[in-house]
Amino acid sequence: MKPRIAPGQALAAIPKRKIESIERRLFLRRGLSLGALAMLTGCNVTDQESVEKALMAMSRWNDRVQGWLFDPTRLAPEYAESAITVPFPFNAYYGEDEAPEIDADDYRLELGGLIRDRKPWSLPELYALPQVSQVTRHICVEGWSAIGKWSGTPFRSFLERVGADTTAKFVGFKCDDDYYSSIDMPTALHPQTILAFRYADQILPAKYGFPMKLRVPTKLGFKNPKHIRAIFVTNEYPGGYWEDQGYNWFSGS
Amino acid sequence: MNTEQHSPWVRVHPLAVRLTHWINVVAMLIMVTSGWRIYNASPIFPFRIPGDITLGGWLGGALQWHFAAMWLLAVNGLVYLAYGIVSGHFRRKFWPISPAAVIADVLAALRGKLSHEDLSIYNAAQRAAYATLILAIVVLVLSGLAIWKPVQLQGLAALMGGYEGARIVHFVAMALAVFIVIVHVAMVALVPRTLHSMITGNVRRVRT
Ligand code: HEM
Repeated sequence: MKPRIAPGQALAAIPKRKIESIERRLFLRRGLSLGALAMLTGCNVTDQESVEKALMAMSRWNDRVQGWLFDPTRLAPEYAESAITVPFPFNAYYGEDEAPEIDADDYRLELGGLIRDRKPWSLPELYALPQVSQVTRHICVEGWSAIGKWSGTPFRSFLERVGADTTAKFVGFKCDDDYYSSIDMPTALHPQTILAFRYADQILPAKYGFPMKLRVPTKLGFKNPKHIRAIFVTNEYPGGYWEDQGYNWFSGS
Repeated sequence: MNTEQHSPWVRVHPLAVRLTHWINVVAMLIMVTSGWRIYNASPIFPFRIPGDITLGGWLGGALQWHFAAMWLLAVNGLVYLAYGIVSGHFRRKFWPISPAAVIADVLAALRGKLSHEDLSIYNAAQRAAYATLILAIVVLVLSGLAIWKPVQLQGLAALMGGYEGARIVHFVAMALAVFIVIVHVAMVALVPRTLHSMITGNVRRVRT
């Protein structure tokens, strides 16, 4: 089913980032004004920080549970091309016309952290890697979902090719739209996790993440960073743009 | 507890049922109000829930409440179900449920003629309502799992028509549960002695 309210469309006039930050400030004040709840739980409603801490601790617990639940060999369902959602919705923390314009000739993918061969990659070099395709469901943290077709190189073989330490805990991403995110190593090595260069058999347009997007069908949409500029491998928790504001970090499907 | 000779108290609700009931009230309140906020981020029906009766303040906050309270709901619910089955509580209090008796009791209730003489037994309308409510919450938990883990638990999701189907099942089960709870709380307000019994466990014996 297509989202009734196309993301970004309803709030077109105001940058989404601004709304989210206002909403964020309202989070606990409004959240805790639910008097009945306060009375029933006997919580000290003025102690907003400890409530936020407790919720964060539960979120860390849910990260661990999802790590245990994650089966590295279980594949996300794949669909026929006729099931693809048209048009595939644009979604970001900014409007569609603000997607970064990146020069293909100048572009270099940077590698960092626990990676042996950190030479930067040009686009022709990346396009020359073995390519695979998938038609999978993208599920947004907001609840809507859409089916799309992405093509690119399996992330696992890319990590192995550059000599990444695949025993490390995290793979982090820095993007040209100032977005950043990170995933766990088992998900990075999952057979359907791909470094995608194409959407619907076309080079990714700016709105879908040119020049590349990490396609992870076992995670929510915001864990699929677009416009990737740098990839690094680390044992130190790198967080993420939304994760740092309170979205659950693992966010596996 | 009560020293009056002529009106001894009789225990109608065991401690396990009272404890899990009130913990469940808190868990359901958090789950439903935070769930409404999550629903508002991308409504599947052409309406939104008024923000003032939702919990969490923004989508991320609502998700934190939802994914924290789900443990309370599930663990408490499992304790209640295990107790209900093992102790014979379900068999004693909810069984049998005869459709004819349910209809008769619902009609009697609508005419204001349902007897509340003996609070140690549930009338047929109550039995049906509680059994349906428990079932609705089980469906809520299962469809919630399917939405949370549509890849890892794809078999479960497929039973509900996949991810999008499970969202609809989840919403409908929530609506059914909320409806029954509203009726339930209205009934408690009409017969306040039951509230006392659900807190202390006791009611005054009815002399026959
Ligand atoms: C403020 C809200 C609530 C109040 C005041 C309340 C009150 C009561 C009372 C007084 C009873 C005993 C009825 C009797 O002895 O005839 C009862 C039983 C029950 N209530 Fe509630 N309730 C509330 C919310 C809920 C909610 C949210 C649920 C579930 C979602 C629920 C589920 C049940 C069930 C399943 C029983 C039967 C328990 C058993 O015998 O195993 N209640 N409630």
